[in-house]
Amino acid sequence: MIEVVKLDKGIVSDSEEINVRIGMGTCGLAAGADKVFEGLKECVKKMGVKAKLLPVGCSGTCYLEPQVELSRPGYPSAVYGNVNAASLPSILESYISGSVEGAVAIRERIGVMKGEQNLPLFDELDFNKHQVRRVTINCGKIDPESIDDYIAAGGFAGLRKVLNMKPEEVIDVVKASGLRGRGGAGFPTYLKWLICRQAVSDRKFVVCNADEGDPGAFMNRMEAESDPFRVVEGLITAGYAIGAHEGFFFVRAEKPLMASRLRKAVEEAKKRGFLGDNILGSGFSFDVQVILSAGAFVCGEETAMIAAIEGRRAMPRQRPPFPATKGLWDYPTNINNVETLAQVPVIFQLGPEKFAEVGSDRSKGTKVFCIAGKVRRTGAAEVPIGTPIRKLVFDVGGGVFEGRRFKAVQTGGPPGGCLPEKFLDLPLDYESLQAAGSIMGSGGLIVLDDEVCVVDIAKYFLTFTSAESCGKCAPCRVGTKAMLSILTRISEGKGEMGDLDKLRKLAEAMRDTSLCALGQGAPNPVITTLRYFEDEYVAHVRDKVCPAGVCPIERKVK
Amino acid sequence: MSQDFRSVASEIVSKHGESRSSLILVLQEIQSKFNHIPFESMLEVSERMGVPLSDIYGVATFYHQFRLKPQGRHLISVCMGTACHVKGSQAIHGLLRERLGVGLDEETSPDGRFTLQKVRCMGACGLAPVLKIDGDIYGKVKPEDLDAILQKYS
Ligand SMILES: Cc1cc2nc3c(=O)[nH]c(=O)nc-3n(C[C@H](O)[C@H](O)[C@H](O)COP(=O)(O)O)c2cc1C
Ligand code: FES
Repeated sequence: MIEVVKLDKGIVSDSEEINVRIGMGTCGLAAGADKVFEGLKECVKKMGVKAKLLPVGCSGTCYLEPQVELSRPGYPSAVYGNVNAASLPSILESYISGSVEGAVAIRERIGVMKGEQNLPLFDELDFNKHQVRRVTINCGKIDPESIDDYIAAGGFAGLRKVLNMKPEEVIDVVKASGLRGRGGAGFPTYLKWLICRQAVSDRKFVVCNADEGDPGAFMNRMEAESDPFRVVEGLITAGYAIGAHEGFFFVRAEKPLMASRLRKAVEEAKKRGFLGDNILGSGFSFDVQVILSAGAFVCGEETAMIAAIEGRRAMPRQRPPFPATKGLWDYPTNINNVETLAQVPVIFQLGPEKFAEVGSDRSKGTKVFCIAGKVRRTGAAEVPIGTPIRKLVFDVGGGVFEGRRFKAVQTGGPPGGCLPEKFLDLPLDYESLQAAGSIMGSGGLIVLDDEVCVVDIAKYFLTFTSAESCGKCAPCRVGTKAMLSILTRISEGKGEMGDLDKLRKLAEAMRDTSLCALGQGAPNPVITTLRYFEDEYVAHVRDKVCPAGVCPIERKVK
Repeated sequence: MSQDFRSVASEIVSKHGESRSSLILVLQEIQSKFNHIPFESMLEVSERMGVPLSDIYGVATFYHQFRLKPQGRHLISVCMGTACHVKGSQAIHGLLRERLGVGLDEETSPDGRFTLQKVRCMGACGLAPVLKIDGDIYGKVKPEDLDAILQKYS
């Protein structure tokens, strides 16, 4: 017998013999998880299987989507990858009959099912074995809409500790952890909090920057979709430390599931007394609103975000004054990235010393990197900061496809750069990436192979930044357009050697004189490709050839 | 209809308050009601909020989400983010333009069935190239899949 209960679209049978977890994050849905879900419902009904269907978030293994996990008490959980509706009956049948054959991995080895010995543990998969899961530990495991699941996994234990401490002590703990902002600039989180705490005002705000706009970066989406209560807990902690009673989530329009999950999490947290008046009897009151951005890349810049929340065009303004002293409606405002806030409960659960045990000298803890582009295994992987690029691209991601050659990895999104093979051993931390001419940004890694043309990539990014420039300052508004027109010319085989110097000069001027990091960083994709792949530019300009065969030059047969 | 554009806008302003900070939320709701932001609605919002029309127009044209022209029955968003770009989203977009008979910029097909727009990343980069029709998201889209996908939307 099958009865319908709460869960998104879920059904639960009268007994909970088999738990079926299905990844229904944006990646999963893009791979067809909704069809698999419908198929599952039908399949269990037809087979008369007692099953509980649980839509969960993503475990980071995008390349395995749609991903389904079967479990029953006393038996190992089995993870199946690239599942489709047609393969469901045989998967279920085989699992019920006591075999894990056909799975890609099992969660634990118990030795009671057929085929266990031939399968790796999920955490031992090449994609997973280099990871240190902290902010992603619940992702793909718990029901993202269940506060009980989050609490059972240790959630809100950090907040309980926090509410028994003085706000200054909370800031000291964050200081001891060494946490730096995961939104791109790597600013010490404690310092931002301290400045905001010390600002004298009767009203203060904390804002979670969930505007994740870097194309190729989806860690914030994954974190907030799969484990939203963690981000809420981080925001409450920030509010308490600073002395703010009002908070906002500012969510990117193109990521609607993230917004609805956060909204739901806020509601649930309120019902349970983690938000609202007198939280857990501590005397501290805090309320949160979720705001959906109307869409513009520049909204991710903190002063532009403030303008957007105030109902204006999202144009950045000069800093200082920084938002920590003069932000929303001129009140002191602390703005933190989703992942920064998601790391906060980790600090209070593990303790700051343990938190800082992994990471590099100057950057403690873990960071989630997204691997996409021309790479075998795509997904999001949480590793210690300072992990070499090679490890992510080759060991985790599996390198480029058969027969292709690695060309570069693009880090940091539109204000980032393309790093060639010689940087593969570069540690992924803020300073090293900057020294190589790129940036950490939000942690997106796009792998480029020999089928990708660097001139085309530079042109792509300038198309992006020229369209997204807010238009307030001339260096960015005009500079991006000028660079784009030169790059377009080069890509059409109409460039001159002098163009390369023009690009360099424009880049310098934009970097030195643009108002915000969008314009300052916009030339980076050009600078780095010019520096590391000058020969490809020369081929376009002098020989009128696009070596990768991408650009619309009349192709000369060599 | 134009009366509707005004009265609905007015109701929405009443719901969220006349303060400037509600402006974007109000415009979002107007758009979700009418699929675009009609001029008459902007006029109403301007009068109710006491914000100059030019200012409202400035906001409505700044953000990608807002559309001043009516949208087709279905909205197709093709991802032009980096991962999708290197995985061939240009070709997908080109083919869709051809199929729908629309130009380079965001446009609606002559039969009013589809509006085609470019977006920059939907966060499913691991399954590039990605496109979305209304609420449905499709990953690893191949040019040969397009006809079957479009067929689902009448
Ligand atoms: C053009 C531009 C876009 C940005 N986009 C984002 C974003 O999507 N998410 C984010 O957290 N920070 C973004 N930032 C950085 C923010 O301004 C800010 O530094 C960050 O949210 C601070 O949070 P953190 O200290 O926790 O890192 C962007 C900055 C610029 C200049
Ligand atoms: S680049 Fe297309 S979904 Fe991210």
